[in-house]
Amino acid sequence: MLGLVLLGGITVLFVTGLLSYAAYNPDLASVNDKTPDKGLLGFYLFAWPTHPYWLYRLTQGVHVTLGITLVPVLLAKLWSVAPKLFALPPARSLAHALERVSLLLLVGGALFEFVTGVLDVQLDYVFPGSFYPLHFYGAWVFFAAFVVHVVLRAPAAVRNARRMRAGKGREEEAGGAPDFPLVAPRPAAATVSRRGALWLVGGGSLLLFGTTAGQCFDGPLRRTALLAPHGGADPGSGPGGFQINKTAASRGIGARETSEAVWRVVVAGPTGTVRLSRAELLRLPLHSAALPIACVEGWSTGDQWWRGVRLRDLAALVGYDADAAPDVLVESLQRRGAFREAALRADQVRDPRSLLALEVNGEPLTPDHGYPARVIAPAVPGVLNTKWVARMTFGDL
Amino acid sequence: MRAVLPPLGSPLQILLLACSFALAGYAGLRLLSGDRLGVALWFVGAAVLHDLVFLPLYAAVDRAVTGGLGAVGRRERTLYVRVPATLSGLLLLVWFPLISGRVATRYESFTGLSADGFAARWLLVTAVLFGGSALLLALRSRREGRHGPPAGR
Repeated sequence: MLGLVLLGGITVLFVTGLLSYAAYNPDLASVNDKTPDKGLLGFYLFAWPTHPYWLYRLTQGVHVTLGITLVPVLLAKLWSVAPKLFALPPARSLAHALERVSLLLLVGGALFEFVTGVLDVQLDYVFPGSFYPLHFYGAWVFFAAFVVHVVLRAPAAVRNARRMRAGKGREEEAGGAPDFPLVAPRPAAATVSRRGALWLVGGGSLLLFGTTAGQCFDGPLRRTALLAPHGGADPGSGPGGFQINKTAASRGIGARETSEAVWRVVVAGPTGTVRLSRAELLRLPLHSAALPIACVEGWSTGDQWWRGVRLRDLAALVGYDADAAPDVLVESLQRRGAFREAALRADQVRDPRSLLALEVNGEPLTPDHGYPARVIAPAVPGVLNTKWVARMTFGDL
Repeated sequence: MRAVLPPLGSPLQILLLACSFALAGYAGLRLLSGDRLGVALWFVGAAVLHDLVFLPLYAAVDRAVTGGLGAVGRRERTLYVRVPATLSGLLLLVWFPLISGRVATRYESFTGLSADGFAARWLLVTAVLFGGSALLLALRSRREGRHGPPAGR
């Protein structure tokens, strides 16, 4: 039962995790790739689409929310198999010895993935290294052990399922388990039935889901996420009051460098370089797009109304036909931080909803949402929507 | 005297496990390319810590509760403590960095949100869980009182 839930749940976690990596377009530019030595593990990468615009909001919301929901199931499964850890003799055969080594990768890998994920979404960066390589390579180590475990256990699991459907009880119960030294010789009377224990696990999952899922929605639903990092209240009120990934102050963005007098965006391409002030940008044709912010940490905002200059129109300023706009490398004023530079692919640049946004929800951007100008594009992970844009270099990357 | 070789076991199983180890090794080399010792410690340490520290700890606490209630002849009421304690403990385990306030400074600086509410909200949820459990127990006890104690206790 727990095994079946984990089989489905972990498969979804693995797939949505791989999709999240693809969503960064890591093969487009080195600035997008935190695991450049991935080798064959990047075999599946593809150009991340811009349709539907909520794609990353969905896949990553599922990844994080499901991961947190599965914590009780994982713990219960580990708890239920713990006696097998002490089974004797340690190895009956070479195959059995190898399987036990594989179980260490399975259990260590599962805990490693859940722990790094749960810590990262809470900004608790105590793990030994950068989150991206740890969680990505750790996932492959874990999945290698997971798949072989599923394959080796499948025949017994199917037999058990058939027996249970026939109302005969599990194999162990029916046949006894002579090689379990940890089975209590004189067990105390049970205080909970098998069904009751499963209800408790389910209740734990439901509680975690109920206090987490709300951070993917605005308004009253967000308030239901009582303990999730981006649940509860919004950071502000009014048009720019929605959730913030990193504030201007935390990135060292000051008022002077973003002032009307000082700030210019540099747009570069084959026909040269154009420097534009905010006022000049506002005189270009402005367009609107309703797009969410969706973070790798699993939270997201509802659609916000952004207004600004289309990226394809900016490409046209420096020598490209808007319909044939190329990739772009976007640099922020921000001096440090993993994604101070980010690249967007040509199809993302050409999408009419991709903007260098100047306003949101009818008002100028707030400093924390990227004033004077930020990128906003459909379906991309939040960090690729570069804030406090300083330079945009159009060209094939 | 002849050395006794361990039996081989299923060749198919060995083949499958070898494939698994090849993939795990390919990813593992990359996983360990940074802080080798730290990552290995976290990977193996997670399993060891869970199986040899956390699990015995849960079990010991649970036995203490069962035993304590058993001593006063109320062993069947274990669930009224176990369920709220498990659920509350689960929330604390998952959201420990936020609830304990150990990331408060970074959290407030990054998100512009207040880090104050997490501990209070967790305590509130815990209070509701235990309160609900107590209420349920009180209602059941009253019903049992009215119909006489159940046989067998």
